[in-house]
Amino acid sequence: MAVSLEPIVGRYMSLELGGRQNRVYFEEAGQGIPLVCLHTAGADGRQFRHLMTDEAVTNHFRVMAFDMPWHGKSLPPEGWQREEYRLTTSSYTEMIVAFCRALELERPVVMGCSIGGRIVLNLAIEHARLFRALIGLESADFQTPWYDTSWLNHPEVHGGEVCAALVSGLIAPQSPDVSRHETLWMYKQGGPGVFKGDLYFYRVDGDLRSKTAAIDTNICPLYLMTGEYDFSCEPTDTQRTARGISGTHVTVMKEVGHFPMSENPAQFRRYLLPVLEEIRTL
Amino acid sequence: MNDALVTGDALASRFTELPRLLEADRDLIRRGAFFDCRFKAEIGPVPFDIRLDGGRIVVFERGPFVMRGWSFAISGSLQAWEHYWRPVPAPGWHDLFALRKRGEMTIEGELQPVMAHLQYLKDLLALPRQIQTEL
Repeated sequence: MAVSLEPIVGRYMSLELGGRQNRVYFEEAGQGIPLVCLHTAGADGRQFRHLMTDEAVTNHFRVMAFDMPWHGKSLPPEGWQREEYRLTTSSYTEMIVAFCRALELERPVVMGCSIGGRIVLNLAIEHARLFRALIGLESADFQTPWYDTSWLNHPEVHGGEVCAALVSGLIAPQSPDVSRHETLWMYKQGGPGVFKGDLYFYRVDGDLRSKTAAIDTNICPLYLMTGEYDFSCEPTDTQRTARGISGTHVTVMKEVGHFPMSENPAQFRRYLLPVLEEIRTL
Repeated sequence: MNDALVTGDALASRFTELPRLLEADRDLIRRGAFFDCRFKAEIGPVPFDIRLDGGRIVVFERGPFVMRGWSFAISGSLQAWEHYWRPVPAPGWHDLFALRKRGEMTIEGELQPVMAHLQYLKDLLALPRQIQTEL
């Protein structure tokens, strides 16, 4: 073949979530320990494409990333036009567990970023025995809101432009320009109100401060990794969260912001590979 | 004159280069093609009255003023701008909203034009970052 194909393969599945069928798209590459990756609010699984073409990862891990319903190439469920999309702690948790069960993954590792970083804490609270390890990127049990989310879906403001413009400040200045703008492109492509609906979980429904003490890292190891330039989930938010969970591994990543896997893949792997190496020995 | 005033005057003088810097940035002007507004920018204690027409600065005046009106105001401490305009700003000092969150900046008034043209405004107000490389 004259063209060089990437090892990433994309498939669709039908997942029943909340009593409704959802056509869910996911991508995967590699073989070995299942590693399910959760994208940030208002984005999609393409954020993990660099991880899926990194042989240091894919030689040992089957890396998977699904687009949540309403995101990327996954569709919203039938009847979406008559409702306001809102992600909740329970619907997000149900989705991840359903995805892992549908593919019959045996004790996968789950790595989520931002809202994905928050939900791995809930996986540790409610489903620790299902997972080999959990990795929270830009993860905390709670963060202080820093803007009014009503602007994200407003008739006088372009949704894609404002979503990207807001999160642009969360990317570290050292991140390569091409990666910065690829990260922002995904935000520009989000459906109307989807980023806002994800943040309902983040800001309203998903405050886990009173629950994380129940996490037992002896059952499922927990790794929290946060970029120093993330002013949404600040390193101090992650460190505060970790203080309440005995045995949590915390890393503050230099020259990285809120989107480590997509804004600066080369810098991120320096921090991630040792963690994955450790997880392989568990 | 104390250090704060010296620094403040230097920062305000640096900001007066904004019209020239914008005129040199054709891409930013392109992205502001639908942006007409009047706003106040405050560099520490020094206010600036700025009017945009199609993404170009058509009025740029340094204050003080007496009861000028504007659509919105973006006001930063001297420390905020000094950090924001560094070649590589430190964490937490690298974005207008990071500065707002840490209490070093306010963004007030009619926010619809701010949010509709947010990336343009962030990039416009970051232009003085270029000046140190020109010196």
